[in-house]
Amino acid sequence: MRPARIGADFRVVVRSYVRNPVALFFSLIFPIILIGLFGLIFSSIGSGSTPLYVLNEDGNSPLSVQFLAELNSTSVVSVNVVSSATVSPGNFAAWLGQNDYVAGLIVPDGFAANYTAHRPVNVTVYTNPEDSASEGAVLGAVTGVENAFNLRAACSTNATCAPVLGFTSLRVGSQVYSYIDYLIPGLIGFSILTSPMFSLVDITSSYRKEGIFRQLSLTPLTRGEWLTSRVLWYIALTFVAAAIMIATGVEVFGAHVTLTLGLVPFLIVGPFFFVSLGMLAGSVARTPESAALIGNIITFPMMFLSGTFFQVSQFPPYLQSFAHLLPLYYVIDGMNQVMLFANYTRALTDLVLVLAGSIVIFLLAIRLFKWRDE
Amino acid sequence: MASAIEVRGLTKRYAAVTAVAGIDFSVAPGTVFAFLGPNGAGKTTTTEILEGLRRATSGEVRVLGLDPWADGTALHRRIGVIPQDFRFFEKITPKEAVEYYAALFGTHPDPPDLLRRVELPDKAGARFDTLSGGQKQKLGLALSLVNDPEICFLDEPTTGLDPHARRAIWEVIRGLKREGRTVFLTTHYLEEAELLADRVAIIHHGRIIASGTPTEIIQAHGRPERLRVRAAPALADYLRQHLREPVTATDGFVDVELADSHDALRVLSAVQASGIPWDDFSTLRDHLEDVFVRLVGPMDDGALREGGSA
Ligand SMILES: Nc1ncnc2c1ncn2[C@@H]1O[C@H](COP(=O)(O)OP(=O)(O)O)[C@@H](O)[C@H]1O
Ligand SMILES: [Mg+2]
Repeated sequence: MRPARIGADFRVVVRSYVRNPVALFFSLIFPIILIGLFGLIFSSIGSGSTPLYVLNEDGNSPLSVQFLAELNSTSVVSVNVVSSATVSPGNFAAWLGQNDYVAGLIVPDGFAANYTAHRPVNVTVYTNPEDSASEGAVLGAVTGVENAFNLRAACSTNATCAPVLGFTSLRVGSQVYSYIDYLIPGLIGFSILTSPMFSLVDITSSYRKEGIFRQLSLTPLTRGEWLTSRVLWYIALTFVAAAIMIATGVEVFGAHVTLTLGLVPFLIVGPFFFVSLGMLAGSVARTPESAALIGNIITFPMMFLSGTFFQVSQFPPYLQSFAHLLPLYYVIDGMNQVMLFANYTRALTDLVLVLAGSIVIFLLAIRLFKWRDE
Repeated sequence: MASAIEVRGLTKRYAAVTAVAGIDFSVAPGTVFAFLGPNGAGKTTTTEILEGLRRATSGEVRVLGLDPWADGTALHRRIGVIPQDFRFFEKITPKEAVEYYAALFGTHPDPPDLLRRVELPDKAGARFDTLSGGQKQKLGLALSLVNDPEICFLDEPTTGLDPHARRAIWEVIRGLKREGRTVFLTTHYLEEAELLADRVAIIHHGRIIASGTPTEIIQAHGRPERLRVRAAPALADYLRQHLREPVTATDGFVDVELADSHDALRVLSAVQASGIPWDDFSTLRDHLEDVFVRLVGPMDDGALREGGSA
């Protein structure tokens, strides 16, 4: 490996890239468009009704059941009644946080009795301020149903029309992450996967067909140097793309991610893995067409099932098991661990797995990749 | 001095095709050697084996004393190659390409100077995908010179180029020879081989069917010199009765093969004695082209004549 030759080849890669508007668009602009698109669809408009977890301390009295039914019929929230065996009122907030639930409600003991006797009574609402869309939806729904109860039960019989039903709003203590927070590491992973894979698969097969590799084989450039300069370029590109995505996510969509040096190893090892894999896929194929096919077969499942747009923990179990077979899952999971959960032990495990895989794929790619035919 | 290229019993079989079927030749240092043959004859296959890009099925090959397949890395520093249909990174300019090759080889050519030598200076800053076929080929030529090669391999360097670009490349090839480099050239243009080459080998269906200097090939494979007069076919009948030499009549001409130029006088006297009207006498000698057509058959794609100026 000669740095001078890697440097010369690197300059060719950079020039080829920056002079190709389509490639630049897909590496740098497209991920921002995706952030915008998915950010808008899932965080602002909201994904239908917000699940509202309810602890009914009033022993399922008819009035409390009616209250919950009316809440549910707003279709802004969907009521899930939690058994008091599952969690006690004292631990309810913590329990919501552990399960990543954004909204909860406690109907107190004596709800029906107090209401009927026109004595003031409060339900307790838990929401997550991090997820402002669902917070607004839940508080709105509860206020609306309460007003209806107050009007019906109190104002119809009582001239003073004093409301008896109120609510206490509490915020869920533990950090709950919103969709956009997961979307940032997910889309950085998306970019780490797609930029090198599509491009390497394509050039590895088309350079061979056009004889460019044979041309290069007549120079002192080695295959390892050729691959190294590509790896370096995609690492650089990943840093730029990640910076743009983080900035857009945080500034425009209010994402909460931690920027730590722990992210750096993933931005290096990730591209290393997928540049090598792209070259491997391009080398085993006989024609550019079959290379594209092989590339797509490898890339597409990973593009959607590794935690890019959707969290793997929300998949059905069989899909989760499948996701755990995908290399990109570990890249994205590792980035989630460092950017969101500060769980460096798990991040390190992810990193070691990806690095080991990268080395194997890199060596395999160099072995199977031929400059010249027999 | 040892040969620059030495080939003994070279064969190359692809799955079903025998592309090269046992050929021998050698190229002396500092000479231009032309490998002449129709499409599919085995020129590219042979060239790529010499360059170390393909492995021979059997036979012995030495280029600058090295085995091209096993010692490719060492050999590639000493040879320059322009493949048939040279392709390069689309967005890179000729100047950048020369700098790239110089960095890879660790040499220090002057890019503008090198591009001037191949008549490409005005395109130094144009991206490869905007160059014409001839300009691309010239860039290939420039790149093959970056490492100051001892042998230049040019596989059909002028195929498909316009006459002007073709002449420019010929000039560069002559320059290479003047600089003392060995040139291995493949072509299916006869004129190119005749104009540039010290020695020619004609390859057909993977076999060398003639080789030597153009004159030697004509002597070995050409027909004898002929005396031609314009006359009716009746003259041919008359001459057949009165001369031992073979006589043919075609298109209003009568040709008599001469074993020796001195027989011309005797043949002409017989023509005169026949009393049949005649005029326009000339002698005919085979050119490389006639030999080629006789050995290889007329080219189906007309490529043979396309290259000639006549
Ligand atoms: N990679 C290959 N696989 C199979 N057959 C080939 C291959 N390359 C060339 N051939 C065949 O070998 C023969 C010689 O080809 P080639 O050396 O390219 O001829 P030329 O350069 O004289 O046109 C042709 O019949 C061609 O079809
Ligand atoms: Mg050829």
